[in-house]
Amino acid sequence: MQRLFKNREILLTLIIAIMITGFATRAQGFATPASLTNIFNDTSILIILALGQMTVILTKSIDLSVAANLAFTGMAVAMTNAAFPGLPLALLIVMAIGIGAFLGAINGYLVWALQMPSIVVTLGTLTIYRGMAFVLSGGGWVNAHQMTPPFLNIPRLPLLGLPVLSWIAIAIVIGAWFVLTRLPFGRAAYASGGNPTAAVYAGIDIGRTKFLAFVLSGALAGLSGYLWVSRYAVAYVDIAAGFELDTVAACVIGGISIAGGIGSVGGAVLGALFLGVIKNALPVIGISPFAQMAISGIVIVLAVVFNARAEKKAGRIILRDRAAHHQEASA
Amino acid sequence: MSDVAESKRVIPDRLGTKTSRILASWEVLLFGVAVLIFVFNSLASPYFLNAWNLSDATFNFTEKGMIAFAMALLVIAGEIDLSVAAIIALASTAMGAAAQMGVGTAGLVGIGIGVGLACGAFNGLLVSGLRLPSIVVTIGTMSLFRGISYIVLGDQAYGKYPADFAFFGQGYVVWVFSFEFALFIALAIAFAILLHATNFGRQVFVIGNNEFAARFSGIPVERVKFILFLLTGLMSGVAAVCLTSRLGSTRPSIAQGWELEVVTMVVLGGISILGGAGTIAGVVIAAFVMGLVTFGLGLLNVPGIVMSIFVGLLLIVTIAVPIIARRVREMSR
Repeated sequence: MQRLFKNREILLTLIIAIMITGFATRAQGFATPASLTNIFNDTSILIILALGQMTVILTKSIDLSVAANLAFTGMAVAMTNAAFPGLPLALLIVMAIGIGAFLGAINGYLVWALQMPSIVVTLGTLTIYRGMAFVLSGGGWVNAHQMTPPFLNIPRLPLLGLPVLSWIAIAIVIGAWFVLTRLPFGRAAYASGGNPTAAVYAGIDIGRTKFLAFVLSGALAGLSGYLWVSRYAVAYVDIAAGFELDTVAACVIGGISIAGGIGSVGGAVLGALFLGVIKNALPVIGISPFAQMAISGIVIVLAVVFNARAEKKAGRIILRDRAAHHQEASA
Repeated sequence: MSDVAESKRVIPDRLGTKTSRILASWEVLLFGVAVLIFVFNSLASPYFLNAWNLSDATFNFTEKGMIAFAMALLVIAGEIDLSVAAIIALASTAMGAAAQMGVGTAGLVGIGIGVGLACGAFNGLLVSGLRLPSIVVTIGTMSLFRGISYIVLGDQAYGKYPADFAFFGQGYVVWVFSFEFALFIALAIAFAILLHATNFGRQVFVIGNNEFAARFSGIPVERVKFILFLLTGLMSGVAAVCLTSRLGSTRPSIAQGWELEVVTMVVLGGISILGGAGTIAGVVIAAFVMGLVTFGLGLLNVPGIVMSIFVGLLLIVTIAVPIIARRVREMSR
């Protein structure tokens, strides 16, 4: 098992390296350190969201509301900043994380207490949260000149060669790695997705674990809301529309099993970087940015096929085992 | 809570009388809601009770409803297709491209339906052929199908459809009854027969209730699922013909977000999202409810994105209410 994870990450790293070298032959300067750090910085928000999504997927759920959560939180923070320029940035960031976590908690509560399927819950909250962003803003925009300089500039501040935004992503990667591999919650997340029956017998509260995963995903989406608005210096209702699919794609590419319980932080980060490299390479090698959606689609489908092969157990399947599903439904 | 109450497969000791069961059924409840909304709308807006206005209102749900019938079967069998709106986009783009080349109306309809079938077959092959989870597969194909539309069209749009092509989305059969509405009713009857009165429909229910047992009973599970994806693709193609004809133009963002509304319609119609239960009658009433709600809100000048909040709430509340009701009943026992 352990070797399988390692393989996936090495494989992805190799593929990304080959892609970068390939693109560099077409466009001089694509592989320079400056360009690579730029790609990393550009992918930072996707990495942060993918780690939240990954935690939810590990518990056999899915969070399709992350992008809507990001849009609502980003709008709320931007409007607060525009209305009360005196408020310190730290307070706004705490506010973003808090709102995001609260929206995530709503998802988590519905999944935990009412045992509703996460896909239905988050499909519903996806439209509700984005609709709320419209109600909040009245359809208006918050533009760069309405935001305070620290609000806009701090994520761009270079620190030891990287912008603060990149450092935030790195800190969250380390944090996610710590939470998922070193804390009881992480163990519970893997267990409740990998084998719900065994998890219940081991004394793990699956519902509570899912709830916490949604809160974590929501909090990271909230933080990303601030980072997004600050990075693109504008807040409107449709920001990051459809971005939830990119986070799922990053996870699937990174080898996180949609059936739960399998996956690593490294995989999710590499999955996000894979998409980030493609996104940044398209204009460089002269492919229309309109092609990006189709390419993501193909990559998702291929990654799902690849994952299914990798997860396949040895031996011949005569009848598919559904026992685990029944146990989960009655757990 | 006792074990008996928690298990999905419990056979009650006594089934109540037939009338009491019918009165307590989801469909009757939903019908009551539809009547309430109807009355409320007619009180709220003086423009609501008008044959032509009501006829216009049906366009709010006929196309989505057609897809919802096929989606209902898919959900009953325990699968889902999130790519339906993207199939509409791709089919519409193909029809638009053909129309620019001078293809006639019959050819356009054939192309729209053909693209829908091909997309459905692609989903079906991935899910039943390679046994992949339908949620992720169709999230992927959703991005792929619409992505192809974006590659073809970019920020452009197709117009210039033949004049007689407009019949499918704008024509009327008799008086205020549009072609789309007639097709919606015909398809509702066809799907109701398919699901409730044929061997195939029975197999769909068995697969959704217990796929394991279905395999043991010799039901060709993979083939049934493939056919269901094909049907969903077909209905998306039909919906694409109607919608394109109604709008008279194609943009890659056509029918954006419809997958959510179709799933909402299905779930609101009492189809169990966990599979194995539901009726077409429920979906038909749910289509009317959603159409009336959005039309009524539209008459009250509520913007579209605010309406989507209602749709999202409707989706969550309709699933949550029966669960809460069951909890309350169990606690009071």
